[in-house]
Amino acid sequence: MNASPARPSKQAGIAPLAGVRVLDLTWALAGPYGSLHLALLGAEVIKVETITALDAMRRGIYALSADHERSPTFNSINLNKLGLRLNLKHSEGLALFKELASISDVVVENFRPGVLQRMGLGYDILRELNPTIIVASSSAFGATGPESRRPGYANIFNAVSGLGHLTGYADGPPTEMRDSIDLRVGASLAYAVLTALFHRRRTGQGQRIDLSSVEAIVSLVGHTVVGYGMTGEASRRQGNADSVMAPHGIYRCQDDASDGPRHADTWVSIAVDGDAEFKALCRAIGASEMAAEPRYGDAALRKRHEHELDDKVRDWTAQRTPREVTKTLQGVGVAAFPVMSTKDLVHDPHTKARGTWRTVTHPTVGRQTVQGLAWKSSDGMEQAMRHGPLLGQDNDYILGGVLGVPREKIQRMTDDGVFQ
Amino acid sequence: MEGKAAKTGRRALEGITVLEWAQRVAGPFCGRLLADMGAEVVKVEPPDGDASRRHGPFLNSAPDPETSALFLYVNANKMSVTLDPTTPRGAELFRRLAATSDILIEDRQPGEMQSLGLDYQSLRQANAGLVYASITPFGQTGPYAGYRAYDLNIFCAGGEANALPGSLSNQLFPGREPVRAGEGLADYDAAMTASVAIVSALLARDLSGAGQHLDISRQDAAMALTRETIQRYTGYGEVVTRDRAYFLGGIFQCRDGYVALFPREDRHWLSLCEVMGRDDLSRDERFSDLEGRSTHKDILNAALQEWVEDKPMMEVYEKASDGGCPAGYYATAAEVAASAQMASRGFFVELEHPRAGRLSYPTSPYNMSETMPSTEQAAPLLGEHNAEVFGRRLGLAAEEMNELRRGGVI
Repeated sequence: MNASPARPSKQAGIAPLAGVRVLDLTWALAGPYGSLHLALLGAEVIKVETITALDAMRRGIYALSADHERSPTFNSINLNKLGLRLNLKHSEGLALFKELASISDVVVENFRPGVLQRMGLGYDILRELNPTIIVASSSAFGATGPESRRPGYANIFNAVSGLGHLTGYADGPPTEMRDSIDLRVGASLAYAVLTALFHRRRTGQGQRIDLSSVEAIVSLVGHTVVGYGMTGEASRRQGNADSVMAPHGIYRCQDDASDGPRHADTWVSIAVDGDAEFKALCRAIGASEMAAEPRYGDAALRKRHEHELDDKVRDWTAQRTPREVTKTLQGVGVAAFPVMSTKDLVHDPHTKARGTWRTVTHPTVGRQTVQGLAWKSSDGMEQAMRHGPLLGQDNDYILGGVLGVPREKIQRMTDDGVFQ
Repeated sequence: MEGKAAKTGRRALEGITVLEWAQRVAGPFCGRLLADMGAEVVKVEPPDGDASRRHGPFLNSAPDPETSALFLYVNANKMSVTLDPTTPRGAELFRRLAATSDILIEDRQPGEMQSLGLDYQSLRQANAGLVYASITPFGQTGPYAGYRAYDLNIFCAGGEANALPGSLSNQLFPGREPVRAGEGLADYDAAMTASVAIVSALLARDLSGAGQHLDISRQDAAMALTRETIQRYTGYGEVVTRDRAYFLGGIFQCRDGYVALFPREDRHWLSLCEVMGRDDLSRDERFSDLEGRSTHKDILNAALQEWVEDKPMMEVYEKASDGGCPAGYYATAAEVAASAQMASRGFFVELEHPRAGRLSYPTSPYNMSETMPSTEQAAPLLGEHNAEVFGRRLGLAAEEMNELRRGGVI
């Protein structure tokens, strides 16, 4: 593996990807979330952009201002990455990229299939430059197959995977989902790349990874495909109902006065499995007699009379705040938790106690609250955080420090538009 | 492509052994992800089996712990042993299995493994390289560490439910309750997070020689995926709810189903106008850039709805996406199973199971040129590998195993 520059390190344990260099051509959300994992695990991730091919998250509704440095989405999903401004349509820009590829470990991209080849950076070319390189591609439908050239974003993956069909009210339409779907794809991409790096450490062998975003989401509802094969019937959305558990739902609560008016949009989730939990629920809501009624005597019967049970639970939650319900029911071993808004989450004592919120200082945005890796580890594998890169902020280090291009030549290239 | 039913070469996690003591989806699907990459996964089940064995649908709608579609999907490619680690003899066998494993996945409430002497600090004594992954509702620390939660509760705890269903559902049914996504999506999300964490820990072990304890909170895993909407609050004070206003495009109702259309960039928009035969829209200055189309999204969404209304879903999907506009159709599991695109990539494999028969299973969403993942075996019968694991791996004699069986330990 190649040497990487010294990186600020605070309370961090060993960086799993120390010495790994990644050329990051991804844009939007899915690909950048995949490479965010690599950056937080200590790889040197070089994000390549130009002013004429800005990351989509720097523009439009995501940027929320005309300044491409101020997008909170861009800046939170590209933490710890270096910014290289490089025009790959310029022959000298392309040559510099190839030079970097020859001393990198991973190239990751999420263009439409065929685009990388047209740019002159297909896997065969990159492998010739660097026989052990890992080239990871994420696309809507995958790089092969009759629909491979079709474009897609998160809400397309959600629809075609079957997830959208399974989500929503039983008497309503399917449900659209966007950003979080991309992040699920990104996590899947990160997993594949990490296993490829693990294999490379053992064998010295690189490879090509071809991820289908639609399939990544199918794998998260995969049991419905097996169930369809078994029964010939496709399951459909059923609101918050479960096929076994009852009560199992989201119930309206009283507003929490301490939280300011919420316009009666306060809810709690309750899920009850098995006789013991049902009995505990009945006692907690002051309906002990319900626990003894034969019509609720086992799980199948409770499921059959689910609507009656829901009414009983709803009458009780309506007089209480989500926090009161949660405290009471958790106290007797029943699974209950408020429907958390993003604001609730940020101010919640539990998320604070777990150190979920991290602060980075961005040169133009200022202090920004962000999240790191999705898990904690005893050895502190997450590396210290640096703000999302300004466009081209690390050109000097990468061109001069890594590639050793003389200063005069960089100046000449700048004049020639290599970084435009 | 043949499908990923047979090994085509060395897989990435070949030689890695996993001990899985986890039920339902979060821990077990993590085990499946590792197994498909080549790890040898021994699933430890309580004598009455993983709780997901009681989750339908079942073959012929007859409840049978060996034919739960959910269990079969998340446990393919593994071995199963039965063991009760809450008995002293069971705990000792568990300890011996953990001593020869690279990875342990467990999902007990915080503190429970410690009370059995099976926590990370105890097990690392005999196995310094052990990667010990604990998957719990709210993590090992913090005020809610002892709380119970199922998938529904976690999906609400992660922040995403508050903004669902949104869009069309919200217009039709304003003020209704939030909904969860999929059938256990938050559990699958936790599985994905755990798998990424585990392979990261294996990479760290390469450099340090030491394993570590991974504290995977299902709430943390869910919140990680909501980070972009959380960012809108921390960055702008905007709380995203079910009333959220989406950018142009979204879900539209066709004659026989629903489609997703998402003309984000100029080229997408122009291609869609051409497919719709709406030169008037493509020439209209008001809609010539992203900003203009955002401002006038209500007019444009109405035009899209009008275009799709009397057409079949697949026709709209094919026309729009062939033209170059991001488009999708809202598929049922039947349509997913029938996808020629996914089949061509080897995404489905057919596996034979002694009780459930021959069924098609989704596999891995990534094709890897040197370490192709594969799903070779259907899910194990309860305790199917007791003899192999206790006998071959731990070297127990037949008589000893009979005794354990009689004592209800295995």
